[in-house]
Amino acid sequence: MANSKGRYGDFGGQYIPETLMNEIHKLEDAYEHYSKDPEFIAELDRLNREYAGRPSLLYYAEKMTKDLGGAKIYFKREDLNHTGSHKINNVLGQCLLAKKMGKTRIIAETGAGQHGVAAATAAALMGLECEIFMGKEDTVRQALNVYRMELLGAKVNPVTTGTMTLKDAVNEAMRDWTSRVDDTLYVLGSVMGPHPFPMIVRDFQSVISKEAREQILEKEGRLPTAVMACVGGGSNAMGMFYNFINDKDVRLIGCEAAGRGVDTGETAATIATGTLGVFHGMKSLFCQNEYGQIAPVYSISAGLDYPGIGPEHAYLHEIGRAEYVPVTDEEAVNAFEYIAKTEGIICAIESAHAVAHLMKIAPAMSKDDIIICCLSGRGDKDVAAIARYRGIDLHE
Amino acid sequence: MSNRIAKAFENKKAFVGFLTAGDPAFDASYDNIMALINAGADLVEIGIPFSDPIAEGPVIQGADVRALKGGMTTDRAFELAAKVRSQTDIPLVFMTYLNPVFKYGYDRFFGKCAEIGVDGLICPDMPFEEKQEADGIARSHGVSIISMIAPTSEERIKAIAENAEGFLYIVSSLGVTGVRSEIKTDLSAIMESVKKYSKVPAAIGFGISSPEQAKKMSALADGVIVGSALVRLVEKFGENAAPEIGKLAKALADAAHGA
Repeated sequence: MANSKGRYGDFGGQYIPETLMNEIHKLEDAYEHYSKDPEFIAELDRLNREYAGRPSLLYYAEKMTKDLGGAKIYFKREDLNHTGSHKINNVLGQCLLAKKMGKTRIIAETGAGQHGVAAATAAALMGLECEIFMGKEDTVRQALNVYRMELLGAKVNPVTTGTMTLKDAVNEAMRDWTSRVDDTLYVLGSVMGPHPFPMIVRDFQSVISKEAREQILEKEGRLPTAVMACVGGGSNAMGMFYNFINDKDVRLIGCEAAGRGVDTGETAATIATGTLGVFHGMKSLFCQNEYGQIAPVYSISAGLDYPGIGPEHAYLHEIGRAEYVPVTDEEAVNAFEYIAKTEGIICAIESAHAVAHLMKIAPAMSKDDIIICCLSGRGDKDVAAIARYRGIDLHE
Repeated sequence: MSNRIAKAFENKKAFVGFLTAGDPAFDASYDNIMALINAGADLVEIGIPFSDPIAEGPVIQGADVRALKGGMTTDRAFELAAKVRSQTDIPLVFMTYLNPVFKYGYDRFFGKCAEIGVDGLICPDMPFEEKQEADGIARSHGVSIISMIAPTSEERIKAIAENAEGFLYIVSSLGVTGVRSEIKTDLSAIMESVKKYSKVPAAIGFGISSPEQAKKMSALADGVIVGSALVRLVEKFGENAAPEIGKLAKALADAAHGA
């Protein structure tokens, strides 16, 4: 849906330092070439099947369906992928692209650590040097993932600037990239940043909806009423939405992290509280003050703790094709516990934001309705944080 | 407006100094800028601090943090520039990221620049391809958007240089701003290409800190830009940096002018 200059309506673009412009054009050309190259496509397909474990299951949640008493509920189980989240879909594609471009090193930002772990995994597999930038705050929140990345051979750089979270990790990765454009590809983790990243990441993640669409047609013989996913930068949501965008009757629902509530100032809900701006290479919606200073954002979920949203989401919101709703920490934690007890699935706290909204809307729908909710990742990494949220002094 | 910029480069190599508005506080940053001007700076870049300066190294990032903590805003930066303008005729340009300008409103921002006497804007995250949305509005107010050329620009130099206004900012090295002991880029080759297409002067910045480097770089171009080395003095001397800034600026200006 992006036009030639990487625009989704007025959103998107390439607002980056001159030092990176030629490199980003090279990336556009390389992607244009390899995304149509049968050999590249076959290689990625093989990695997806034999390494990442695709296709991921479309699971009918019978107990939740009965308990909530409305729509029929399916989960797209991205949590069952290798490395435990949807992030592997994107990194396999981008690291393969890096190899084809002759790069020897990749860098990546990470919030919760899911993208960092996935990037370190793909780099190990493909023999690429790997450095991860992670906000110091997040290295503490997600200490196990830091060690995991190091086990995989990556160097983890704790970022001590700004709010020491995801946006600062992106800043630092961009700074690093400007100093080493020759041998390095910045493997961006979400559908954000300058063109062509929002398009590349969306394409690699669109395997989620490609499979889900086929799977639901096979199981139910019809399309779902709604598909839903959590949204930070928005990669699993864009992956979940993409192949349903042209199915006008399918509702697309993105669930943002409201933190302590959209009116509290301690929130990361960009669609609910953000305004138009230009940051991290793209024109999109951002949480910011009247002078355009990017706001510190807050969510219990390190993966959704980002002050912006990908440009294609901003566009889908503007044209009214997708709906975006805020979900608080409390609602997400309740959903995290509910799905664990009801379905025996410990999902990521990020994914639990989508589950929480699902629990709100499913009971009001009819038994003929079908919802597919993306479980973007597994929740092992969140167990200690949830325990602490509940007042239990548990540390990893 | 751009007359002032052109004049700064007339008959000599120009010394361009950078300081962040409001670092560490409004009055001290005014004193620092005046020290820079009195020491012989030919053009001053005033940084409007931004929360996430992705093209800056640790030194200027630190200045942004101090300035924002001290309450600096776009409006206060305009006040500071107006106060400086009341004392000098040398060209003043703002250096900031696109979001503060976009959010202020292009017409309102450039209108205010024109009213106060700010001659140009440098925006490291507004490359040539994305310049159009602001360029026409800036021109209509007589304000120049200063373009940058990097060591990686290669075949892009032609289009950027042909359309350049005010002056061209030649980025000496890969990476972010900051003091460097050595600059390895083949700047004479880049300058040769720039001169072929550009009608405006070109100044080299990023990594220049000593009078020796300033002299060497001035010899290659029409001027030099020094930022982090000056800001480091604010980091070190706080509210009392003005005399130190004056001393370093004089040495840098003399080195540039003598080249």
